[in-house]
Amino acid sequence: MEYFTLIVSAIFINNVLLMRYLGLCPFLGVSKKMETAIGMAFAVIFVLSMASFITFGVFKLLAIAKIEYIRTLAFILVIASLVQFVEMFLKKVIPALYKALGIFLPLITTNCAVLGVCIININEKFTLVEALVFSVASAAGFGLALILFAGIREKFELARVPKPLQGTGIGLITAGLISLSFFAFMGMI
Amino acid sequence: MSDLKKEFLKGLWSVIPPFRFVLGLCPVLAVTTTMENGIGMGVAATFVLVCSNFLVSALRNIIPDQVRVACYIVIIATFVVVVEMVMKAYAPALSESLGIFIPLIVVNCLILGRAEAFAKKNPVALSVADGLGMGIGFTMSLTALGFIRELFGKGVIPFTEIQVLAQPFDFLQKAPGAYVALGLMLGILNVIGKK
Repeated sequence: MEYFTLIVSAIFINNVLLMRYLGLCPFLGVSKKMETAIGMAFAVIFVLSMASFITFGVFKLLAIAKIEYIRTLAFILVIASLVQFVEMFLKKVIPALYKALGIFLPLITTNCAVLGVCIININEKFTLVEALVFSVASAAGFGLALILFAGIREKFELARVPKPLQGTGIGLITAGLISLSFFAFMGMI
Repeated sequence: MSDLKKEFLKGLWSVIPPFRFVLGLCPVLAVTTTMENGIGMGVAATFVLVCSNFLVSALRNIIPDQVRVACYIVIIATFVVVVEMVMKAYAPALSESLGIFIPLIVVNCLILGRAEAFAKKNPVALSVADGLGMGIGFTMSLTALGFIRELFGKGVIPFTEIQVLAQPFDFLQKAPGAYVALGLMLGILNVIGKK
């Protein structure tokens, strides 16, 4: 039950993208087409679940050595090398998956959702299982918002948007409206 | 001298981030619920941007091209840790309200973007001027957005307790309002820029 609450809250109520404002650059960058949005969503789920597992261990090590203050530096290095490693591993072992996720993987290093969720895991003092559940659910929430947004954005091709708002402007306003609709989930828990 | 001035001034208006140069949006939306937070975030990002531009530019002939992004991230992360510690020590309240967005300056695409697009191929003085201009432009944008969201969302004049709106427009304080306000400001700036 406790995990269920955590999952629902991470996906709908505290959606990482729409409520916590993490990962906006890829959100606006890759959401022009449905296919790329789906690819990005799965790449984030994949990397975030691994990253939260590893950064959890790394933080324990830092705590033992009493150098928690270099947390940010350590985490970003872990994430960057993890992404690189995953890319090489997939290329060698599962080429089909590499082809599907390939170009999105390098972009994930600078996706603040990944680093952000890893830091939230530590700040909220989650246990390892809670951290993993929270990370996967957050990534799923990110994917959900991204795919919803891409679906709407594809329709903009046909719409007559006022000139000054074309591109990013209307994108942000749409994101605001999706975020507003997610507010309705607030009463759920 | 005129080059320095040009690189400095471009960040203040012609490519002012994040409106003309849509990068680094996460902190822009997250911390601008009040003007004070906006200024705090802007100053922190400016410091990191100037320092990282300085160091990247100074080391530009030493850093091998293949691993440059990893090097930039280490340089940026180091300065972010400095900011994190300084802020915790001297401005604990601000550090508390900015929360995880201080460590997240590391992945602010604006800073990495300037290192990659400018500092790696320009001399030190120009890079610092560019960083300073971009940073101040970013701070101005955050301040303006914070001012609007605090004035209309909370109904108080920033830095005072004076209530000017009896019925504050609460929508602007929440996430949807942040997105819509930024989107509209972007549109307004596009209109002004067209002249």
